[in-house]
Amino acid sequence: MSAARLYARGITKAFSGTRALDDVGLEVRPGTIHAVLGENGAGKSTLMQILAGALRPDSGELMLDGVAYAPRDPAAARRAGVAIVYQELSVCPDLTVAENVLLGVEPRRFGFVDRGRRDARARRALEKLGRESRLPLDAPVRELSSAERQLVEIARALSHEQPKLLILDEPTSSLGSDDTQQLFTALAALKETGLSIVYISHFLEEVRRIADDYSVLRDGKSVASGEMAQSTNDELLLAMAGRGLETGQRRERRAGEVLLSLENLAGEKLPKAASLELRRGEVVGLSGLVGSGRTELVRAVFGLDPVRRGAVRVRAHVGPRSPVERWAEGVGMLSEDRKGEGLALSFPISHNTTLTALSRLRRRGLVSLAQERRESERLIQRLRVRCRDADQPVSELSGGNQQKVALMRLLFHDADVLLLDEPTRGIDVRSRAEIHSLIDELSARGKAVLVVSSYLPELLSLCDRIAVMHRGRLGDFRPSAEWTEHTLLREAAGA
Amino acid sequence: MTPRAVLRSSWFAPLLALLACYALFSGLAPDTFPGATNLWTMARQTVVVAIAAVGMTYVILLGGIDLSVGSGVAITTVVVAASLRQGIGPAGAMALGVLLPALVGAATGGLVARLRITPFIVTLGTMSLLRGAAKGLADEQKIDADPHGLDTLMSAPLPGEFRLPPGVAIAVLVATLAAIALRYSVFGRHVTAIGSNEQTARLCGVPVSRVKIAVYALSGLLAGLAGIMEYATLTVGDPTDSIGLELEVIAAVVIGGGSLSGGQGSIVGALIGALLMTVIKTGCTHIGLPNWVQEILTGAIIVVAVALDRVRKR
Repeated sequence: MSAARLYARGITKAFSGTRALDDVGLEVRPGTIHAVLGENGAGKSTLMQILAGALRPDSGELMLDGVAYAPRDPAAARRAGVAIVYQELSVCPDLTVAENVLLGVEPRRFGFVDRGRRDARARRALEKLGRESRLPLDAPVRELSSAERQLVEIARALSHEQPKLLILDEPTSSLGSDDTQQLFTALAALKETGLSIVYISHFLEEVRRIADDYSVLRDGKSVASGEMAQSTNDELLLAMAGRGLETGQRRERRAGEVLLSLENLAGEKLPKAASLELRRGEVVGLSGLVGSGRTELVRAVFGLDPVRRGAVRVRAHVGPRSPVERWAEGVGMLSEDRKGEGLALSFPISHNTTLTALSRLRRRGLVSLAQERRESERLIQRLRVRCRDADQPVSELSGGNQQKVALMRLLFHDADVLLLDEPTRGIDVRSRAEIHSLIDELSARGKAVLVVSSYLPELLSLCDRIAVMHRGRLGDFRPSAEWTEHTLLREAAGA
Repeated sequence: MTPRAVLRSSWFAPLLALLACYALFSGLAPDTFPGATNLWTMARQTVVVAIAAVGMTYVILLGGIDLSVGSGVAITTVVVAASLRQGIGPAGAMALGVLLPALVGAATGGLVARLRITPFIVTLGTMSLLRGAAKGLADEQKIDADPHGLDTLMSAPLPGEFRLPPGVAIAVLVATLAAIALRYSVFGRHVTAIGSNEQTARLCGVPVSRVKIAVYALSGLLAGLAGIMEYATLTVGDPTDSIGLELEVIAAVVIGGGSLSGGQGSIVGALIGALLMTVIKTGCTHIGLPNWVQEILTGAIIVVAVALDRVRKR
């Protein structure tokens, strides 16, 4: 396999028992752009982290230009000529372009930065990105556009050593279409220099424009690979989604009156336009890519993010938008960011459960800790949370159990409308199934549930109706039976 | 509290340290250190820091900091003395003395909550502002005034007499109420929630801004009350008094298990921390160690207390 720039075989990686990668292979030719495709959670990021030396595989073999390649850490990977640019931009806005490009590896003389050599090296790195992407070396990065910042990152990745392989993780997710074009021009120029690029993306159209080859991952396995020109979008989507449709058994549901309705809701940036009606006894799903505006929609409804225009009605009532107001109206929200926002990790389970409805526990002005503990214990049993007792800090629980605690709050509050953003992300299979059955039970009891999820089988089995968000716009709702993973993905990718 | 809860609580280790220090100095200065007289003296000497530390515990639980406490105490002594000299009665003088730092505290809370300025900066400003105001008000001199009985708040009992100095009783009362409110009131829960994770608090409909304003106002109010006790001790209004007191107050909270990143801390712990520092100071004086040794010991205690807490939580 001496012809391959990068050759990977039998890569396996497990995290606490779950296999993120299972016997994965990848072959990247010199001077090509190779797209790695797959749904959220398919294992793309794990694979890239292994290539970049941030993770080490449990087993498997890697070769770079025919030589065994087993980086101990990202620095070793860079020395071998493998550079990665992660999805989140990590430039320092107050430093100049040149300073950013050579951050941490500044050429020195007598302990001081050798500015002449630094600028020369930064210029060389930027020149590789092509004539059209010339950037002023001494401009602060804060003055650049998103695409230009992206280029600075790439130049930084390329400046360190003689680069052989560049990995880009969703580089266009935060770029507009002009910016994307600028990036693509630069990538084409890089390819001409003989560099190989591994390009991770969700957007099929984009991938089609620049990639030569592709590989598809699904559930941690390699499922397809080949030349871009010889595949159709449908083939790729099918490979990404697979056929395995989960059909959960649901309880009888009867949709009642409308509890929540949105009319052309637009936030500061996202969403751009979203309308929906959520009825009592109904589970409605929002699909779409990460970054398409699903989370922003939920946050805007809940009063956590500003609304630019459009109306939010709870029952028939348009009131002030704030979390306080929403809880009072019987609307509850589960945050996608369990650790950063959903839960106060140092707080015990009981305090996390009751925070929105402390007044229910008030006896003569003081919170009854005994009643708080009793009611929390009851919910712990009902949701089968594995814990010591209600006083245990949430930080000590596993992801699945933490998520159950976050749901306990909605149950304790007895919310009528539940906005659930990624309710089962990153949790074990058993907890996921238990949460699904809880959602089903709640809807059967007349609650209205909105589920945002990147996990398509979940949406298809759980929801009555689903709509897809694409670049801030929410499409039409159609009954779940009319969707397949394939069609959901196609609409999400804008294909 | 169950015995297990006591063992697990963050102030258990500081309590042991306090008892150990007390035992140590009792052994080193057996004639003067132990005994009721010295205990009462130390209790009285702790009152000012203890009352201010109650307010600071709330601020630190919230994830904030209040550097204006020392200046708040100083301006209160000045306002109280000036009011007394103007012929305003002791009750009126006390009310006026507490009012100013409380208002400044509320304004601090407003700036922190609404404009999102870091509390360190805001209170660094109000620290200087209150100090300057105190000096201006007092014309850069100490203000003498007949205390009209206010001095009895902190005066030592006569030999043989057995009474609780009112200042100590007030400190205990304030601390008890604050501890109850922290544990059993919705407000107290909201304070801890914000300090644990402000995002979660916001998501859960906690009125974050209002709580912050209330907490900084409370801290100012209690700095004012501590200022009254300070006046009762000094019986003059001194604009240059209590410089750096805020650091001692913060140290008390931190020794007692408070975390500057918020969400952790207790009133009991802060009181223990304040007492521990008094015991070290008094004990060193009793065995004839110079001032600089006391300062080194106090500094070491602060660092060791926090380091031990870290190790324990690992």
